[in-house]
Amino acid sequence: MNFLIGAFKPACNISITFSDGKSRKQVPMKKENGKTIMVSLFQSKESIAGKVSIEPLQGKKIEHLGVKVELLGQIEMYFDRGNFYDFTSLVRELDVPGDIYERKTYPFEFSTVEMPYETYNGANLRLRYVLKVTVSRNYGGSIVEYQDFMVRNYSPPPSINNSIKMEVGIEDCLHIEFEYNKSKYHLKDVIIGKIYFLLVRIKIKNMDLEIRRRESTGSGANTHVETETLAKFELMDGAPVRGESIPIRLFLSPYELTPTYRNINNKFSVKYYLNLVLVDEEDRRYFKQQEIAIYRQQDS
Amino acid sequence: MLLIGAEDEEKWLAEGIAGVQHNAFYLHRALDSNNLRDALKYSAQMLSELRTSKLSPQKYYELYMRAFDELRILEMFFKDESKHGVSVVDLYELVQHAGNILPRLYLLCTVGSVYIKSKEAPAKELLQDLVEMCHGVQHPIRGLFLRSYLAQISRDKLIDIGSDYEGDADTVMDAVEFILENFTEMNKLWVRMQLEGPGRVREKREKERSALQELVGKNLHVLSQIEGVDLEIYKETVLPRVLEQVVNCKDDLSQYYLMDCIIQVFPDEYHLQTLEMLLAACPQVQPTVDIKTVLSRLMDRLSKYAASSADVLTEFLQVEAFTKLSNAIEKVIEVQVDMPAVGAITLYVSLLTFTLRVHPDRLDYVDQVLGACVKKLSSIPKLEDSRATKQVVALLSAPLEKYNDTVTALKISNYPRVMDHLDNGTNKVMAMVIIESIMKNNTCISTADKVEVLFELIKGLIKDLDSATDELDEEDFKDEQNSVAKLIHMLYNNEPEEMLKIICIVWKHTMAGGPKRLPFTVPSLVFSALRLVRQLQGQEGDIVGEEVPATPKKIFQLLSQMIEALSAVPSPELALRLYLQCAEAANGCDLEYVAYEFFTQVFVLYEEEIANSKAQVTAIHLIIGALQRMNVFSVENRDTLTHKTTGYSARLLKKPDQCRAVYACSHLFWVDGQDGIRDGERVLLCLKRALRIANAAQQMASIARDSSGPVTLFVEILNKYLYYFEKGNKQITAAAIQHLIELINTEMQGDSATSDAFLASTLRYIQFQKQRGGVMGAKFESIKL
Repeated sequence: MNFLIGAFKPACNISITFSDGKSRKQVPMKKENGKTIMVSLFQSKESIAGKVSIEPLQGKKIEHLGVKVELLGQIEMYFDRGNFYDFTSLVRELDVPGDIYERKTYPFEFSTVEMPYETYNGANLRLRYVLKVTVSRNYGGSIVEYQDFMVRNYSPPPSINNSIKMEVGIEDCLHIEFEYNKSKYHLKDVIIGKIYFLLVRIKIKNMDLEIRRRESTGSGANTHVETETLAKFELMDGAPVRGESIPIRLFLSPYELTPTYRNINNKFSVKYYLNLVLVDEEDRRYFKQQEIAIYRQQDS
Repeated sequence: MLLIGAEDEEKWLAEGIAGVQHNAFYLHRALDSNNLRDALKYSAQMLSELRTSKLSPQKYYELYMRAFDELRILEMFFKDESKHGVSVVDLYELVQHAGNILPRLYLLCTVGSVYIKSKEAPAKELLQDLVEMCHGVQHPIRGLFLRSYLAQISRDKLIDIGSDYEGDADTVMDAVEFILENFTEMNKLWVRMQLEGPGRVREKREKERSALQELVGKNLHVLSQIEGVDLEIYKETVLPRVLEQVVNCKDDLSQYYLMDCIIQVFPDEYHLQTLEMLLAACPQVQPTVDIKTVLSRLMDRLSKYAASSADVLTEFLQVEAFTKLSNAIEKVIEVQVDMPAVGAITLYVSLLTFTLRVHPDRLDYVDQVLGACVKKLSSIPKLEDSRATKQVVALLSAPLEKYNDTVTALKISNYPRVMDHLDNGTNKVMAMVIIESIMKNNTCISTADKVEVLFELIKGLIKDLDSATDELDEEDFKDEQNSVAKLIHMLYNNEPEEMLKIICIVWKHTMAGGPKRLPFTVPSLVFSALRLVRQLQGQEGDIVGEEVPATPKKIFQLLSQMIEALSAVPSPELALRLYLQCAEAANGCDLEYVAYEFFTQVFVLYEEEIANSKAQVTAIHLIIGALQRMNVFSVENRDTLTHKTTGYSARLLKKPDQCRAVYACSHLFWVDGQDGIRDGERVLLCLKRALRIANAAQQMASIARDSSGPVTLFVEILNKYLYYFEKGNKQITAAAIQHLIELINTEMQGDSATSDAFLASTLRYIQFQKQRGGVMGAKFESIKL
């Protein structure tokens, strides 16, 4: 029995550790199975260094054709599950073919890695970074171990950040003017603004501000768009009268936003919109959608 | 669907309360375990119950109060950072993450109040932020309650802020600004409630709104509690802003309530100093607003304030309170064209009350008010509205009550002009009020001028005002005229000359009263004049001179005019009595011809006017009585009169009446006193004649009824005999009495059954005199029973 169990077990334990693992920021990441694990956080042009330890099960030796570690940046489309598109692939050979009898540790380093895209877990795709250690073997298949890590890239505050200001309306029915203080917000930002009612001839019940995420994948005819409402924030309760000005103050931090991604590797885009929705007493909805850019700001 | 059943509402309320309680339970658990996350979660859920639109304001209030109590607990928790470990700054952000606006803002206000107290951020900014964010709730009821919560929870902090930092005007202003802003918004929401829903539930809506008025008014109350709000801030900021809102909201309920609220919550001193501003707003409100009540209350307060101390009074003068109020009222009346007359008059009543209380010495003010009222009244048709006339009565009664002295009111030149605008009925009522006032205060009206004015005022009672005859209530009419009669006695001056003038004036007025009134008024006037006569009579020794204008003669001339008027009414019996009174008075004055003249009038009346036999009997007895007392006549004149009298007596219709009159005439010839006539022979003649008549009467009775009548007449005559016998009339002898007694006894025999009590006691008297002895006893001795 023991033998049998041993046969299905991997022949060795492989662990991947980052050299600054203790001090590096850990962030939660959702796995495919729904579980959340804590992983190390990197950003582009950082050096990713660490150690790979291979420890054969006791008393066993591992014959291998070489040990390597790869740093992969992958995009996986859910409609094409299992098929990864690697946009980044770096390899470090750790060992020449030979045998491993006991625990062996290999240091590795990818220095100044270009990781232009952020880790992203979307509705129809995910973008992930992973370290892949492969112990190649002739028989019994290669032994592979993955270590996910997360990449976030920070942007400086935009030099131009105009407010969004617009007058919209339905003739003789509803005229409003709304203003959001910026067009580009960072993830922990606050949307400040106001809605000014120029004309109200309908009985408005309430008004919400929604944050919507529009994820588009593919290109051309195959473009697939998924829209998700991430926030539904009530701005107003009841019917305003002409001349009323309703304040907006929406903190973005409680919501799980990402920066805006534009045409990532020609595979996908993620955009954000503010959707102002007015609902009248007959539950008719009047809305106006405005794109906002979201960026990640370095925590100060 | 629109008219929601009360039952359903109860159900919804119960559900709401259950929801609050349920979440409050978990909230308490979270608070006990210092779990901020859960505390926020459950409090937000609890507050979500307040998002309901199904409840009427009263029910909503119940629900609100439940949630409110829980929020106080939550506030305590927020205050204690050691429990949740989050700084108040972060907490302020954290609560804003809530997706629903109503719970979000309730929580924000709660944290905000803690934040202000912590002084970690300028109170001004926080207050601004809170009041601004609350704009998000535009639903009238929910918004009102939310803002009311904000006002409530920030109240103590504001009062602290406004009062703690003395001298720091900015801080006070921050608090003031905040409250004003919140107040303005609340009022807007409150006004907007009216527009909700269809028109037919308007009334219900209005009722609901009234229930919420205190939420709005509370802001003003808080403002008044802030010590830092001194007169200057009040004048420069608070009042103008509040009034601006009042005027601009164009809602009558709101305008009425808020105006009243301003007047009630702020100190009187402020009102006095800002009177102009406050009053300027009055004409600007909606025409439907009951501004008169508001103004009345203002004046009421101010007048109480004026009464509080003497120092205050100078302030009133300084700011010319009366003039300002008067102008404002003028304006209001001018602007509110549709205001019914009653409204305008009510305003004048209030103003009058004010001036009477504050400036009791300024009769010119009273006159001015009445003048303004006259102006108003003359611009409208005669008052028909009973409420309006009631107000006019109140207006006119006020000075009477105040001065306790009708004379003062008589000085007011516009007073009669106001009365002119009353309808007849009210005019009378008012006249009665005036008279009652005079009677109550026992005011003596002592100059002719005043009497003239007074009678001008009460002319409604004195004469018919126009041809249209009102439905008169007999009873009322009598009361009125009796009052006038009483009034006449209150007109008195010790100076005969003036008194005569007064009498002349009264006569001039009462003359016009017509046949119905004269019988009431003339007697009073006659007696009033007679009083003057007696007074002159007393003074006669002192005042001698041709030029004395008030001589008894003159007065008697006047008197005879008066009575003559009365006989023309016709009211001959009354006239007759008055003539007799006058004759007696003339007798007292030694004016023989005058007295004779009066008696002549009496007989003329008797002959021509008094036809009723009963009346004739009464009249004859009166004449006999009066004539008997006269001592001024010469023998000749007296003979003429007595002859006439006895003649009339014998010509009365019924025998018994004749008999009695005739034996009464005997007294005309036998007057007690020093120089009285004692003509025993004629006395006897009278008595004999009476006896004859009695005999005749007895016979007539026995023929008619087949039985002899009672002997009463004989007994009466017997008494007369006895009287004269005692008085020493020589013609009346004991034998004659003896004879008469026997006659009576004979008569009695036919009628055996009855024993006459009168006779018995008469006989007993004779017995008594006999036994008494002395001169009288001796005299009676010869009479045998």
